[in-house]
Amino acid sequence: MGEHVIKLPDVGEGVAEAELVEWHVKVGDLVREDTVLAAVMTDKATVEIPSPVDGKVIWLGAEVGDTVAIGSAIVRLEVAGDGNVKAGGAPSVPKPEAAKEPVAKPEPKREAKPEVLKQTPPPKAAIGLATTGAPRPEGDKPLASPAVRQRAREAGVDLRQVTGSGPAGRISHEDLEAFIARGPQQAARGGGLVADNSVQDIKVVGLRRKIAEKMSLAKSRIPHITYVEEVDVTALEDLRASLNKSKRADQPKLTMLPFLMRAMVKAISEQPQLNSIFDDDAGVIHQYGAVNIGMAAQTSNGLVVAVIKHAEARDLWDCAAEVNRLADAAKSGTATREELSGSTITITSLGAMGGIATTPVINYPEVAIVGVNKMMIRPMWDGASFIPRKIMNLSSSFDHRVIDGWDAAVFVQRIKALMETPATIFID
Amino acid sequence: MKEITCKLLVIGAGPGGYVCAIRAGQLGVDTVIVEAQKPGGTCLNIGCIPSKALIHAADEFEKAVHLAAGGSPLGISASAPALNLAKTISWKDGIVGRLTGGVAGLLKKARVKYVQGWAKFRDGKTVEVETETGTQVIKAEVIVIATGSVPVELPFLPFGGNVISSTGALALTEVPQQLAVVGGGYIGLELGTAFAKMGSKVTIVEALPRLLATYDSDLVKPVVKRLGELGVTVMTSAKARSLSSRRDALLVEDADSKDHKISADKVLVTVGRKPLTEGWGLDEIDLDMNGRFVKIDDQCRTSMRGVYAIGDVTGEPMLAHRAMAQGEMVAEIVAGQKRIWDKRVIPAICFTDPEVVSAGLTPEEAKAVTSELMIGQFPFMANGRAMSKLAEDGFVRVVARADNHVVLGIQAVGTGVSELSAAFGLAIEMGARLEDIAGTIHSHPTQGEAFQEAALKALGHALHI
Repeated sequence: MGEHVIKLPDVGEGVAEAELVEWHVKVGDLVREDTVLAAVMTDKATVEIPSPVDGKVIWLGAEVGDTVAIGSAIVRLEVAGDGNVKAGGAPSVPKPEAAKEPVAKPEPKREAKPEVLKQTPPPKAAIGLATTGAPRPEGDKPLASPAVRQRAREAGVDLRQVTGSGPAGRISHEDLEAFIARGPQQAARGGGLVADNSVQDIKVVGLRRKIAEKMSLAKSRIPHITYVEEVDVTALEDLRASLNKSKRADQPKLTMLPFLMRAMVKAISEQPQLNSIFDDDAGVIHQYGAVNIGMAAQTSNGLVVAVIKHAEARDLWDCAAEVNRLADAAKSGTATREELSGSTITITSLGAMGGIATTPVINYPEVAIVGVNKMMIRPMWDGASFIPRKIMNLSSSFDHRVIDGWDAAVFVQRIKALMETPATIFID
Repeated sequence: MKEITCKLLVIGAGPGGYVCAIRAGQLGVDTVIVEAQKPGGTCLNIGCIPSKALIHAADEFEKAVHLAAGGSPLGISASAPALNLAKTISWKDGIVGRLTGGVAGLLKKARVKYVQGWAKFRDGKTVEVETETGTQVIKAEVIVIATGSVPVELPFLPFGGNVISSTGALALTEVPQQLAVVGGGYIGLELGTAFAKMGSKVTIVEALPRLLATYDSDLVKPVVKRLGELGVTVMTSAKARSLSSRRDALLVEDADSKDHKISADKVLVTVGRKPLTEGWGLDEIDLDMNGRFVKIDDQCRTSMRGVYAIGDVTGEPMLAHRAMAQGEMVAEIVAGQKRIWDKRVIPAICFTDPEVVSAGLTPEEAKAVTSELMIGQFPFMANGRAMSKLAEDGFVRVVARADNHVVLGIQAVGTGVSELSAAFGLAIEMGARLEDIAGTIHSHPTQGEAFQEAALKALGHALHI
């Protein structure tokens, strides 16, 4: 009998530590080669750690939520044969060094010129932990008997949201009942109102913790200035509709986003300081040639930022295609670390929930973020009468340490002018 | 005449309209139904029911003729039978009478007010009905258009005289010696076969390259074979031109542009049906159309608020059971229930000889959904019950997705397979997988076993072949 120590492998370029987000085994478990032992989270992707050998788990070196340095031992297995630890059991591997500071301090170094999408996918990258059943592929009709369908309709349940436990995902009466029982639409209240004194402790781990750290860092270090301006997108919407109508089958459907990206590229060419990373520890501003636009996307586990690389070298259709591709990848959890990092400026949008104005938090250590609010038809005074126009607000935040209010305003006004006369976006 | 005000007005008492009215009545909705002719519509009066009665009589007669000819392997002999078609027709009329009377009774029981007459929209809430005693104005909160369909008339062969529609064919009191059938769809084949069995010399003229063009050729083959045995002449890719000048023959141009003169004392034109969209004031309410049909959404709502449409007037497939299901749904919607058209399957049957059933997708249609299919086909030749009733022609075929074995379609051709449509429809509507059908005990000895065996075959382990 020997002992085999498993160390946290190098899970990605430039990563010095990772947070343990889930154990798949416990002490005493027998594992086979390739059994997944744990999931750790690096910058933005979750990586599963497989066992390299068969054996029995005798020691776990971290708790969920711990940050573990690359190379630290995380699991010890009892294995047949010698194992990889000297017999005699010399005082085995030191306890994994918990990273000195819980706050991920060393930001992954940004190279002066972000490399062009070199794909080195980490082993089994997967955003999203074990969840309850995969969502049905879009367009697939739920499989259920007429009686189940009718009950669902009467209960106001959309069967597409119900996971079927039957063969081929068929939804049974029991599945429907379970869904209704736990669904939010069921206000499970008895008679009177009862005070609820319970407190639920929810450990902030994984992506949620990353987001928390990043947000504190941004808000504590960056004095934000937020500037809100309205943009009349009536002409842009007409153009967009007409382009969508006449587009080729292989071209993606255009949303507002690619137009905004192209407008930002244009505005940045005149004010390159907006497209920067401020290394405040070193007191250096890295001003980039590449316009790598981060696109904040909501996933089932929280916020991630997918990055459209080199927007300055992509035309409208190309931007649209890349946005679609990355949005799908981020939502399905297949986005690679490279696709989720390296942005130089960020767009944030809550889509139809966009509200009138927001106060976006800068994606530290960038210096600017452009927030898109909901487009609404509003009455505008044209000098003689009120006319209905499609108006969309832009709520943008800037790092006031390095961007003056005046420059911020010029930047937003330039984007506004471009979007209100959309032809100018495309004229050099 | 005093104006009637009601919650629901149904125009047309065919299978869609009367079911809608009965269900609404059951649910306590104040309902009026208007019908220009007899309750039951095309289906009960001049369609499904009378044609099946005639087909049954023809089958019985043909069996007797077959026995008299001495060729039966069953060891039965009989003397030559005789047919009194006038008597057959009056028997058929008796059945129709019982059924239409039954519908009238059901409507009454459901407290539906029945108005006899021709309805015409005045506006989206008001209808004028021409009754025997004058104009009756009816105001309703909700109006359901269930006007149905009528046979398509060919301009060069207008109905009248020797040129008859299916309605005329079901009222003949003498068997025509020579019958030409223009149109080889299911109506033409059903009636053409019946008359062939009753002794007519039948010629079927079809413009398309094959009969029953909406079904695949495997399904149609046994039907074509049987037509040959019955002495029916089939002309495909052939165009009917007109009657001869003496009106005793049909002029036909065949695929090679050669002209034929087909002697016929009757010419039956069955080239399809068209929605009845004229005469009831469609112009007054200006509804959105879907081609020839009234456009509806998945709750049978038309483009006008409070006006629904159901049945043949809304599109294909023009089948009574589709209309009935729509009628029931609309009644429940009007009564405030949450309903939507979510049916997975509307089975279709040809009461030809042998019968053809198709439920769900054919292999060809299924390929458009998924490229990976599992198809199992089991022949009646290997089915004991089919052998014991001299019905070995035909098969049952099951089409399923390969990835999850969910059944997409079931087709069959064979004697008596129309009754299997219930099992086919239930399987698809319930979302059955091949294993569900294969794992259900099917009674022995029945033709239904072929359904189970077809599912087993698709799974790669049929037992009896």
